[in-house]
This record gives sequence, structure tokens and C-alpha cells, in this order.
Amino acid sequence: MARSAQATDSMVLPAKTNGSRGEPTVIVDGLHVVYRVYGAGGDRGTASTALFRILGRKTRPAIREVHAIKGMSFVAYRGDAVGIIGRNGSGKSTLLRAIAGLLPPEHGTVYTICDASLLGVNAALMEDLTGERNVVLGCLAMGMTKAEIKKKYAEIVDFSGVGEFINLPMKTYSSGMGSRLRFAIAAAKDYEILLIDEALATGDAEFRVKSHARIDELRKKAGTVFLVAHDLEEVEDTCNRVIWLDRGKIVEQGEDVIGIIDTYIEASGGEKVTRDPVTRKRISAPEPDA
Amino acid sequence: MRSTKAASPGQVLGGATATATGEGSESGAVQPDGSLAALAAQYGLRPSAQRPSIGIYLRELARRWSFIMGFATARNVAMYTEAKLGQLWQILAPLLNAGVYFLIFGLIITGVSRGVPDYLAFLVTGVFVFSFTQRTFISTSKVITDSLPLIRALQFPRASLPLAYVMIELQQLALSMVVLFSLIPITGEPVTWDWLLVLPALALLTIFNAGLALFAARTGARINDFAQLLPFLMRTWLYVSGVIYSVQVFVAQHSQNHAWVTTLLQLNPAAIFITLVRNALLANQRASAFGAKAPNAANCAAWAGTPRPAGVSPAAWGKALTQVKKDLPQHHPLSQYGSAYCHASFVSSHLWLFAVGWALVALLLGFWYFWRKEVNYGRG
Repeated sequence: MARSAQATDSMVLPAKTNGSRGEPTVIVDGLHVVYRVYGAGGDRGTASTALFRILGRKTRPAIREVHAIKGMSFVAYRGDAVGIIGRNGSGKSTLLRAIAGLLPPEHGTVYTICDASLLGVNAALMEDLTGERNVVLGCLAMGMTKAEIKKKYAEIVDFSGVGEFINLPMKTYSSGMGSRLRFAIAAAKDYEILLIDEALATGDAEFRVKSHARIDELRKKAGTVFLVAHDLEEVEDTCNRVIWLDRGKIVEQGEDVIGIIDTYIEASGGEKVTRDPVTRKRISAPEPDA
Repeated sequence: MRSTKAASPGQVLGGATATATGEGSESGAVQPDGSLAALAAQYGLRPSAQRPSIGIYLRELARRWSFIMGFATARNVAMYTEAKLGQLWQILAPLLNAGVYFLIFGLIITGVSRGVPDYLAFLVTGVFVFSFTQRTFISTSKVITDSLPLIRALQFPRASLPLAYVMIELQQLALSMVVLFSLIPITGEPVTWDWLLVLPALALLTIFNAGLALFAARTGARINDFAQLLPFLMRTWLYVSGVIYSVQVFVAQHSQNHAWVTTLLQLNPAAIFITLVRNALLANQRASAFGAKAPNAANCAAWAGTPRPAGVSPAAWGKALTQVKKDLPQHHPLSQYGSAYCHASFVSSHLWLFAVGWALVALLLGFWYFWRKEVNYGRG
């Protein structure tokens, strides 16, 4: 559980070396994930079609299978920050959930060194309750003890900046306030393997800066980070490797983050990125899917 | 938008074998790959979606107990935030529920209250205790589908969810009991030490319901139609559990001709728990419980309205029949307490043993059944 200093260093200065990679933390081995959707069948879903279905002895045609991930293999190591890019519906969020062990694989296995945590507590919160109760509930859902919550409570409320609104039900919050509090709760815990889905850092400009700083901090503390993002510049800035997904398959992956991102932008029909020839920093940065 | 650069699908990032050392060999591991599994084993990595052993699972569940309780309380508080009367509904809902049953079965259809002393308290106790089981069963059959976003976002033992729903209903029951405790003395019932027996009875019922909840949660997650069917099953269960009529009367009337039916009725866990709570709270129920007096076949048969049993002399039978017609208000008139003389297959002390048995069997089987599919609940 000890976080090595080496992990922290390679996070600050992404290791571009091809040398010995050290300890693997996440191994994805021939992974397939299938969702089953009920009530999405071909018929109109009326009682008469259901009756005909029963009479015709067709078994459960209302189940549609969605093959979200079709055979992926890769290894991530301690100190890696892996960016996952791809269009909507390419399987990015599903991959994160499979790594976290929240979705069972259809075939293949995901191996992790310890529990991988998704930075997403939203689902545990209840809009009818006050912010205060939601802070406690969210922290409990993330597995914190009551003592830990007591210690972190003030910090979370401060960070969210919702002020005295903390005593009002969350449904009375503006959308910005709500997402600030949700982020503050989610980011209150430290993680070993951290999975970040996009659209966490929301809110006004000031809060964006704050939340990016917090994500950076989490990333430095964690052993391995997976980041799903449409904001490609963020991936460039923070990841030392990248996986490009399309329709549930890996198109390309590797440590040439900028090269892969440029190819991805081109393939998505975006304008070619102009880069400084020395630093490879963007000069103008058009974004696909923005 | 096609994938322009079709890299070999099995190319391993940072190559467990090839790419890292820069030898450029594309080992082309497409499907589950022995070398990756070996690498995982070498560094002690574990499958992320693997069912933990029962011991670890229980420990994890115990660690999450404050989440379970916090979740239950939060749900209960959130339930009535929209209503003007707010949390008052926590008390009003069970009161109205009991009121409706009393209106129909106490005042309109009076046949069912025959042979039951102090019917109002009898009925309300039955309704409150049974609705604990009923509501738990129905709500937990949908718990996995309802909580899918939560299951897909956070890692925790999934049994926390059905158990949290049991705790929600337990909190509701506690409020119902407050109503009941203040209602029963109004009907003239004495407050005695026997009331304390409510606690072990309800504790056992809670354990039993937890087992049912785990069973319902897995079944409801796998078979969506289960949640549709359940209300009908529960209503059937309500009618065979002696919530609105006395199982004792039925058993005494029919045990000669339908022995196995009456045995099953008495073994029914819902009936057992309801009877235990009634016996604890209601002096009339204790006095009229099977086996509360020395067995007397004549008195029992006269009370139940069945023909003269074999072996009872006509004289004794005649005496019992006249006694039963006298509706004496004082101590133990036969018309009301005759069931105490019945020599039934089960007497009230047996009920505790059965209650313990049901609770343990339900919990162990339910837990095992739920735990078997632990990793699959996220699939939906």
C-alpha cells in the first residue's frame, strides 16, 4: 500500500523511457464486456405482441445484447497515468467500470493489485436530502469510517464552496453548486488505483482551477491513474500513455501520447494540430467532439 | 471515422513481453493470454471482478455497517420530504393502514373477528408485524435494478443494499410499534413484563426478513417478472397467515379432517412471528393460546363448534356446550378462551423454537444464495 516516490516522480515528469516498467498494477487480459438490455426488443412492446411471442414460443426476444468491449489486452504499471480517448460510445466508461470490478467480464479477466476506485459518488447521493447529510452519505458509500468523515467534513464543505446552502436540500442547489459538492465529496478520499471519468471538473472558472489542482494531487498520490477525457489537451498534459478506443476495440495504444492523439484528431476529421517542433506543445488546438 | 491505423489488436501496452524491451516482436496475444495471467500471478494481482470468500465478504459487510444504517436513515428521511405533514407520515401511515383494516374486518365483515377477544388490538398487531415482512420482500425485489447506478459506480458488498432496505423497514416498524404501544393500553390491555418478549420476537423476525430480502434481491435482479408477481404472492401469504382472522380458530375447527393443512398453517413463519408478538402484547392472546390450560377435548371442541370428539362423555359434552353459550364477562369465559384447552400439535413454547429455526435457515440460505452471484449484479 506504500506509495513509492518513484510513482510520484513519474507522474510529474511522465516517463517516456522504454526501460523496465516495474510493478504492474492493472492487467487487462482479453476482456469482453456485454450489457444486456431488457425491453429493447424488436417488437412494439404491446400486450398483443407479447402474447404472440408467448404463443410462438420465442424465448425472451426483448433482450438485446450490447457488446461494449470486444477483446482488449493491456498492462498498466505503477506510476502510469493512462489516458483513454475515443468517440462517445466507444467503450471508455465501460472499460473503467470493468477495471473497477463493477461490471463482470463476459470473457477474459481484469487483474488489479488492489481495489480500483472510480471517482464517482453521485449515484449514492439523494437530491431530497440536505448537502450536509449527502456529504456523510457519500463518504460512507465510499467506505470511509465515521471518524474519517468527521475529520474531512469541514474540508469537503469548504472545498465545495456551497457555504450555508449545505443545510438545504440538494435539489434547491444550482447545477453548478450541485456538481461542486459532488466533486468535493468524490475527491475527499485518496486512492491507490484511481479511475477518473470525464466531466467531473465542472462549475465556474474558479472552481475548475481548484478541481484540476485537486485531481492533480490525487493523481500524484495514486499509484496508477486512468483518465477518460474528451479534453485532449488535458490528456496530453497529464498522461504518459494513451489508449485509443473505437467501437469496443483498441485502435492504438502506446507511450507516444502526442502522436496517437494527433492521429485520433485526424481520423475524427478534426483540423491538424500545429505543434511547436521542439516542445511539441500545441500552437493552435482544435478539438474534435468538443 | 474508421480506425485508420489498425494496430494489432492484442498489442500489449508497455509490453509485458515485447514492446517494453523494444525487440519489436508482436507476440499478438489476441484472446485471454497465458503470459498476462502469469504476469498477474507473478506480481500478486487479483481478478477485479472476483467473488470474495464468505469470510472476507462478511468482514467487508461488517465494515460497511455504518453505510447500511446511514443509507437506511437517509432513505427514510427522504421519503416524506415532499409531503406537507413531513415526518408525521411515518406515524400516520401505519395508523391509517390499521384503521382501514379495522373498518372493513372489525365493523363491516364481522365474521372474521369471531372467537377473537379484543379484536382491534389483535388486528393492528397482525397488520403491523406482517407489513414489515411484506414491505421488505416487495422493496428488496427491486433493490438491485433500482440501485444499478450506485452498483456501477462504487465498489462495496452488494448485500449492503438489501440489508439497508431491511433496516429502512425496521425503522418504519419501530415507529409502528410506538403507535401500537400507545394504542393497545387504550383498548384496555394491561402493560406487563411480557411486553419485553416483543424484542426477541422482532429481532428474530428481522433476521428472517434479512434472509428473505437477500433471496428477493437476487431473484428480482435475475428475473424482472418476479417484482410484478410478488404483490400477489404477498397478498396470498397475508390471507394464510392469520393477520385478519385467528389461525387458532381455523386450526381447532379443521385439525380433525385436514391435519396436514392445519399443520402447515401453524408452521408458516409469518403466522409464527405474528403469534409471538401477539402473545407478548395481548393478555387475551396469552390466555387463549393453545396449551395455556390443561388439555380438555370437550371444552376445545365446544369452543371451536365442532362435533363431539370421540372419548368425551355426553355429560361432559353437555356441560361444555352450556358453558360456551354463557358469555361471561369475567375470568376466562369458555366462549372466548376455549382454545386454551385445545391439545394442538404446537403450543406456544414450540413457537419460539420454530421462530429461531426459520430465522437462521432464512438468513443462511438467503445469504449464500445472494453471495453466489455477487459479481454479476452490475450487469443489470
